[in-house]
Amino acid sequence: MSTELAHGASLVPAVDVQGLWTVYGGGNSPEFVVHKDLDLSVAQGEILSLVGGSGTGKTTLLRQILGLETPRKGQITVMGQALSETDPRTSASRVGMLFQQGALFSAFSVLDNIGFALREVGHLPLDLIRDAALTKLQMVGLEVKHANKMPADLSGGMIKRVALARALIMDPPLLLLDEPTAGLDPEGADDFCKLLRSLHCELGLTVIMVTHDLDTLLELSTRIAVLADQRVVVVGTPREVIATPHPFIAHYFGGGRGQRAMVLLDEPVQGATARHA
Amino acid sequence: MSNPNPEIATSSLACAPDDDSPRIERRDGSGGPAWWLLGRWTAAELAKAPQWRALQATWPDTTTAINATPWNVTSAGAIDHVGAQLLWSRWGQRWPQHLETSPAQQSLLERVARFTRAPDPPKTATLWQRYLSLGDGVLGLLSHLYSFVLLLGQLALDLVRLLRAPWRGPWRDISGHLFHFGTTALPITALVGFLIGVVLAYLSAQQLKQFGADAFIVNLLGVSLVRELGPMLAAILVAGRSGSAITAQIGVMRVTEELDAMRVMGIPKGFRLVMPRALALAIAMPLISVWTTLVALLGGMVAADIALGISPTFFVQALPAAVDVANLTLAVGKTVVFGLLIALIGCHFGLRVEPNTESLGKGTTASVVTSITVVIIVDALFAIAFKDIGV
Repeated sequence: MSTELAHGASLVPAVDVQGLWTVYGGGNSPEFVVHKDLDLSVAQGEILSLVGGSGTGKTTLLRQILGLETPRKGQITVMGQALSETDPRTSASRVGMLFQQGALFSAFSVLDNIGFALREVGHLPLDLIRDAALTKLQMVGLEVKHANKMPADLSGGMIKRVALARALIMDPPLLLLDEPTAGLDPEGADDFCKLLRSLHCELGLTVIMVTHDLDTLLELSTRIAVLADQRVVVVGTPREVIATPHPFIAHYFGGGRGQRAMVLLDEPVQGATARHA
Repeated sequence: MSNPNPEIATSSLACAPDDDSPRIERRDGSGGPAWWLLGRWTAAELAKAPQWRALQATWPDTTTAINATPWNVTSAGAIDHVGAQLLWSRWGQRWPQHLETSPAQQSLLERVARFTRAPDPPKTATLWQRYLSLGDGVLGLLSHLYSFVLLLGQLALDLVRLLRAPWRGPWRDISGHLFHFGTTALPITALVGFLIGVVLAYLSAQQLKQFGADAFIVNLLGVSLVRELGPMLAAILVAGRSGSAITAQIGVMRVTEELDAMRVMGIPKGFRLVMPRALALAIAMPLISVWTTLVALLGGMVAADIALGISPTFFVQALPAAVDVANLTLAVGKTVVFGLLIALIGCHFGLRVEPNTESLGKGTTASVVTSITVVIIVDALFAIAFKDIGV
């Protein structure tokens, strides 16, 4: 782990955002500036959480990293490549996205959903795709018996897991998560966090996530980026962020929920040392 | 097999990092010949068709050859799950006797080996299951009929309720639906009606000319358009346009749990959702039908003037004599029924949508197909029942 990190310093950042401007409206309606000269750099192998009040453009930023929306101004590079230069056909092997509602294709079975990107390639044999999809299905902790179910027959937690398996089918180095634990019961959210953590270790993923769940935030993040005042106010480890004097941060982490979740901050450290031993 | 020249082997090793395409080479190591994986064995590389074909061409032939010779995975530039999966399936889901891997590659291969399962045998339906599925189909049809009759009965009750307290009726809804089903349908029905009128008149003119029966084009167009084609055209267009919209609207309300929210608030869906739509379409349908008929007659009149030289004045004067007014009454009467049926079928399928998007698409298709079929069947019934009237 430590050698990887030392090595990681020389690698290109997984995502690099420079001078980003996002403006909604224009024309007849008044313009509304969401991001103003926003800079953000995500190193390979880290789990970065985006935090901010509603309307600060967290999900918009994710969508811009994915290329689903184009910013007014600014440069976004993913794995050292500018978005405009990348080939859309290979995007499934560059970046995986877990949408908030899962966004599973409702017409396909679970297995077909997971293997969809491989099937679209066109020339890979079907049994290889089936085996690869089954492997990913079991890697996200689902049993083989669910493989032929339709998305409509799945519970919320299972939908998230299948969507995660689908996002990971081509082993992308970068994984984006939009509210990964929203809509899950506390136990399901805990399990999903554990799964994300183990996948992050096994596959060496870079993860960027948007979350409002303080438990998830403090349990998983190696760094937190706070979006406020149309830019990234502070990026740093959870402790550094909480120590930063800013009205939003004080409000966000200082509330009752924040205080309760803060207990978690001590636990991951112990967990991490246990893993190193 | 002859041993490759060691010098060539080292030179190709030197150039290996430049070349990402996944491939296998037989090379001599310290312990004899071995299969070396070279290039990037990742999904992104395997997804490229030329790389894939090249790999297939260079793949060692038999499984015995694969297992007897040592494998060197560490020489690969990168390997991910898809690459490992490919190797594992080509190894015949067995470990080779001699395998050289890094710890990360070993855990990757072990994970793939652990999770790869034999496929389930394909299920074949037995005769008994087919018999049961036939029964299922019949029961499904019966349940559709049953809930449609319920809907019809509920509509009758709701209409009685509306008549007893008209001031408490959902009049805003009704007028909104009237606008959406009626007013906004005028341009498209006019366009289609006009073109059909022109085509019909032009084709009939070719035939009538041969018999010198030019003047009868007024009778031909008048009866066919007023009695049959005008109402049918309008009904089919409205079924495609408004029937699908009704199903989709109510279906989306089901998917987003709006229907449940209404029920919790104690708002009857029959009175607030079904009746306004049925009433609005029952009013709008005859009006659209008359409008379509008029525009189609106009199209026919224009074409008759051009093709046969029959003046619009003559056309208008001859029309009342040619077409009995009972035809118009009949047309208006049956389009009221069409409108009611289209709205009810739309609501029926909308209310049966299950809370998922696929079911919404299926329901909308079923709604349009059913309402067009039902409209044609009911039209045939009208034609038989009123065969002595107006002709």
